[in-house]
Amino acid sequence: MAGSGLKAGNMVKGKKIVLAGNPNVGKSALFNILTGLYVDVSNYSGTTLDMACGRYNGDVIIEAPGVYGLSSINDEEKITRDIILAADIVVNVINSLHLDRDLFFTLQIIDMGIPMVIALNMTDEAVQRGLGINIRLLEELLGVPVVSIAAVRGIGIDELKKKIYTARPGHAHFQPIEKINKMLHRMNRREALLVIEGDTELSECYGVKPGTDREAIYRARRERVNQIVAQVVREINKDAGIAARLGNWMLLPVTGFPLLALTLWAVYKLVGVFLAQSVVDFTGDVMNGYYEPAVRSLLSGIMSPEGVLYTILAGQYGVLTLTVTYLIGLLFPLVLGIFFVLSILEDSGYMPRIATLLDRALTGIGLNGQAVIPLLLGFGCVTMACITTRILGSDRERRIAVFLLALGIPCSAQIAIITAVLAGSGALYMLLYVLFMLGIVLCAGTLLKRFLPGRPFPLLIELPPLRLPGVQNVCQKAWGRSYQFIKEAFPIFAMGTLLLGIFDAYGFLHELQRLLAPITVSWLHLPEDVADIFIMGFIRKEFGAAAVLNLQMLPLQKFIVMLTLSLTVPCIASAMVIFKERGWREGLLIWAVVFILAFLIGGLATRLLEIWLA
Amino acid sequence: MTLDNVRKGQLIRISNIPDEETRIKAIRFGISEGEVVTCLEVVPAGPVVVSKNKQEIAIGRSLASAILVEPC
Repeated sequence: MAGSGLKAGNMVKGKKIVLAGNPNVGKSALFNILTGLYVDVSNYSGTTLDMACGRYNGDVIIEAPGVYGLSSINDEEKITRDIILAADIVVNVINSLHLDRDLFFTLQIIDMGIPMVIALNMTDEAVQRGLGINIRLLEELLGVPVVSIAAVRGIGIDELKKKIYTARPGHAHFQPIEKINKMLHRMNRREALLVIEGDTELSECYGVKPGTDREAIYRARRERVNQIVAQVVREINKDAGIAARLGNWMLLPVTGFPLLALTLWAVYKLVGVFLAQSVVDFTGDVMNGYYEPAVRSLLSGIMSPEGVLYTILAGQYGVLTLTVTYLIGLLFPLVLGIFFVLSILEDSGYMPRIATLLDRALTGIGLNGQAVIPLLLGFGCVTMACITTRILGSDRERRIAVFLLALGIPCSAQIAIITAVLAGSGALYMLLYVLFMLGIVLCAGTLLKRFLPGRPFPLLIELPPLRLPGVQNVCQKAWGRSYQFIKEAFPIFAMGTLLLGIFDAYGFLHELQRLLAPITVSWLHLPEDVADIFIMGFIRKEFGAAAVLNLQMLPLQKFIVMLTLSLTVPCIASAMVIFKERGWREGLLIWAVVFILAFLIGGLATRLLEIWLA
Repeated sequence: MTLDNVRKGQLIRISNIPDEETRIKAIRFGISEGEVVTCLEVVPAGPVVVSKNKQEIAIGRSLASAILVEPC
């Protein structure tokens, strides 16, 4: 079998130490501490969709995606399975608050006979919430070393480092042993257990029938977990505390919707008002007032301002002027702000509660509450959000979510430009924009739900404990993602401007504008130069939208441009991800449908609003 | 009775979870047939939230209506 874990593991020397555990138990935080690298840490499942590798004392540390158990139910489990099958040592990270959930996976790894050490994480939180865990007894019952840590605070790390190399196989359950022994001549013990548990891929690989004992083994394992938990966990006090009560309020519509509205209002105040207006005004002024003139005077010292090269570098679409100004002066503060907000939402544990609150509403558009996570992340970056759709339970849902992301969810960069452009046109257009986008998403979702084959997949998620996000992690994450975003956007952006600059310098732009006139002028009732925006928007949507600021247009025309642009596929990067996630055929179909719909709706909206506003 | 008819705060025993994939998923979360859980919250027309120890799980309404439970 060609597992991704095996491939990566075999290329390097040293022991393969695998960090494994359920989602959201602190594997990434621990990985960061042990390797000194940074990976995203969040308070919801599925942040680590791919494995992360790092060096440690001449050995390799691999962080596996978080799963609740091993088999080939979904991609994450397959990746984790392959990584663990190749492991020399497993560091099983466990959330102290959720022993009865986490130990299930622990026992599966123990049954596989892999040397293991347990990092019992978030012990500080367990103490706060009135849980006492008898670590000695846990060690004795499981037969492996257990170290109590609080990874985010750096507690217990030294002891863990010492104990990693004392990892040993634990006490396996007696039940499957006999069957495993019968298979050992064909495969190793780890694989044998998974085959008995009915792993279809592995069975096929060895040409044996998948076992039918999965449920019986799972039940026995669950029983054993319950017994262990009953012996080692003591609840010192049962007071739910303010966090638990707040967590409940977030779930109930009566209190949940006001809380959600309050949160969104705070986000709007921070991103839409403070950042989009005050901060961006300031950074924009700095770039326009100091940076651009400086570049222009520097360049005119070495070349003629009339020349083609100068136009390309510092003209209307200058690579050194416009690109840098938009990226640094306009996009960066907003993108940073949006990722900051999303990081807080993720780390606090609020996201899964929003998912539960909105489950009912989302079933209306063929999704379940879990889809809130990719849809909300889409407001940060549609490209990233499309990748996150992997956490959804069925292919049908992933299809719907990707389509809605492509069509109706504007990313942070677009929101930045949209707020900047529409802020000048008044609140009416803002409201219209929100209503149009919402209406379009709802209609598209309802239609997809109706006509896509397959049945809806019900919600089944865990609600992590509500916690105050760590300032450091939030900042680190927001910064890291924004940096990544800008880094990725810069070359595409620069290429786009370069292309436009060259077109502009040689007069091709005018030709293209005339070619597109039937769409822009006749159908959308816009001035001819708007074609630039659509051409640019094709490369990176927010970039096209940014050009609107330079054009003289009526408020209604600006609105139509923004609406049409928002509806098309965000950028080349996201189009690529859509092709990658959904395959070329479906990707192309989604892309084409979204573009046709965008212009169709744009034209219809023009006529509708012209009549209504006349 | 089914899980969607449970009242908030009620202690219940899960007696039957219909389809295998859900059953496997639920066992891993700590909820298997025969388990006693507390109904923590019922979102009107929405998911039912149950808890066992400190673990909280939200179950969509359609799934909840297929899970058989008995009060205890």
